[in-house]
Amino acid sequence: MLKSSRFTKGMISFFTEVGEVTKFAGRFFREVFSLPFEFKELLRQCYNMGNRSLLLVGVTGFILGLVFTLQSRPTLLEFGAAAWMPSMVSISIVREIGPVIIALICAGRIGSGIGAELGSMRVTEQIDAMEVSGTNPFKFLVVTRILATTLMLPILVIFGDFIALLGSALVEYIKGSVSFQLYFNQVFDSLNFSDIVPATIKTFFFGFAIGLIGCYKGYNSKKGTAGVGQASNAAVVYTSMLLFVIDFIAVFISDIFYE
Amino acid sequence: MNNTKEHISQNPDPRPVIEIKDLYKSFGNLKVLNGFNLKLMEGENLVLMGKSGSGKSVMIKCLIGLMEPDSGSIEVLGNDILKLKQQELDELRTEIGFLFQGSALYDSMTVRENLEFPMRRHTNKVDLKNTDELVLEALESVGLASAIDLMPAELSGGMQRRVALARALILKPKIILYDEPTTGLDPITAKEIILLMMSIQKKYKTSSLIITHDVDCARVISNRMILLLNGINYAEGTFKELSSSKDPKVQAFFK
Ligand SMILES: Nc1ncnc2c1ncn2[C@@H]1O[C@H](COP(=O)(O)OP(=O)(O)O)[C@@H](O)[C@H]1O
Ligand SMILES: [Mg+2]
Repeated sequence: MLKSSRFTKGMISFFTEVGEVTKFAGRFFREVFSLPFEFKELLRQCYNMGNRSLLLVGVTGFILGLVFTLQSRPTLLEFGAAAWMPSMVSISIVREIGPVIIALICAGRIGSGIGAELGSMRVTEQIDAMEVSGTNPFKFLVVTRILATTLMLPILVIFGDFIALLGSALVEYIKGSVSFQLYFNQVFDSLNFSDIVPATIKTFFFGFAIGLIGCYKGYNSKKGTAGVGQASNAAVVYTSMLLFVIDFIAVFISDIFYE
Repeated sequence: MNNTKEHISQNPDPRPVIEIKDLYKSFGNLKVLNGFNLKLMEGENLVLMGKSGSGKSVMIKCLIGLMEPDSGSIEVLGNDILKLKQQELDELRTEIGFLFQGSALYDSMTVRENLEFPMRRHTNKVDLKNTDELVLEALESVGLASAIDLMPAELSGGMQRRVALARALILKPKIILYDEPTTGLDPITAKEIILLMMSIQKKYKTSSLIITHDVDCARVISNRMILLLNGINYAEGTFKELSSSKDPKVQAFFK
């Protein structure tokens, strides 16, 4: 009895939260199309996000490509299929591993940053101050950030994928004396439209999720400094979960389409 | 202060610029405001005193439309703020300066950008060519023109409060609301802020509502006082009247 009531409570609070996030997203879609548009702030956010995560995404991507290739080489060699390396690596990285890993990294880097920043602005009444001075804080802070993550994540993923392939090519060059040119020729031969398009569409949704949850948690942060930490932490945890859900849905849908 | 009194005497029949009637606000079971009333007259310095957590900030947030009261009416400069559309409310807000409890400077912007911020959307009230002049003028009236390109984090608490004050008066409001202007400052800096508030009063001829629990601040600056207790305006009068009251609950405020 006790167990079930606790479970019910948990479910109720979960669905309440989902409802609140949905409302928040609804407000985003209402306000994103209404004037005035905070273009300068959007550019500033895009620049900041790119600037802050480019190195991290690059390093992660490089190691990802390196490790992935090193690990798969022996198996492929065993089957005498070493020549398949570029196509295997590129398909798995571009389709799945790249977007998911880089989105997770960005959830940690960008999502938590947004949660902490908006949370501290809420706690120190900066959001109220904006409202009082006639600027819609939702539009100025939230709309620009969600748009920025939605636009920047695909770019970061493409960049990270490319660096990962570079890492993989380096391993092939050293271990298998495959030239970079040959490697990338094979990569582009094996990558289809049907690999790239769904993967890229997916990353827009990843970016949207990172911005949405980060902003939701920060904007509705509770009073006190503890609230800021909670907002930032919760942003990462919930975003990561949401990323996997979106990924599952995306794979499911593209599976239907390309059956 | 004398000037303010003259200012009142020039208006034999001063009209209220703010009128709050029967304000109720609760959070769940916590009843914060329980039928609160307040009238701020033109040119007046009204001090609102109350214990920490008694609902002073809640009241002032209802007043500026940041929070919606459960019931009651709030009139500012003849407008019922609960009935205004967003745009009308924003326009009315240009007539009201608000000094937040913790300064609330935008910490990702320089002092200059902080002061320019209120002018972004109120281009009908200010000529955009003059923003630089206005920023400088406001900073000069708080004695901080040299800090114009610094970030808030580079300023001391007292300087932050001054910049926040400059930001509150950049649009030359008719009313300034001060939420605990001296809290968190050392006594000397607090005194400086009080003097600054009085000089601003003189220069801009504003009506002020000052929330504080600083007795010294109340003594120096108030024309009239209201004590907030249990969610209502428990007592009203001049500083002299209230500080010599026999009511122990009123007495407690002046200890
Ligand atoms: N947004 C809110 N949600 C719930 N409770 C609140 C909220 N804002 C204020 N309160 C509560 O209302 C009471 C009055 O708060 P406040 O007006 O900030 O006090 P003060 O008089 O010190 O400014 C406090 O008990 C506070 O916890
Ligand atoms: Mg307060």
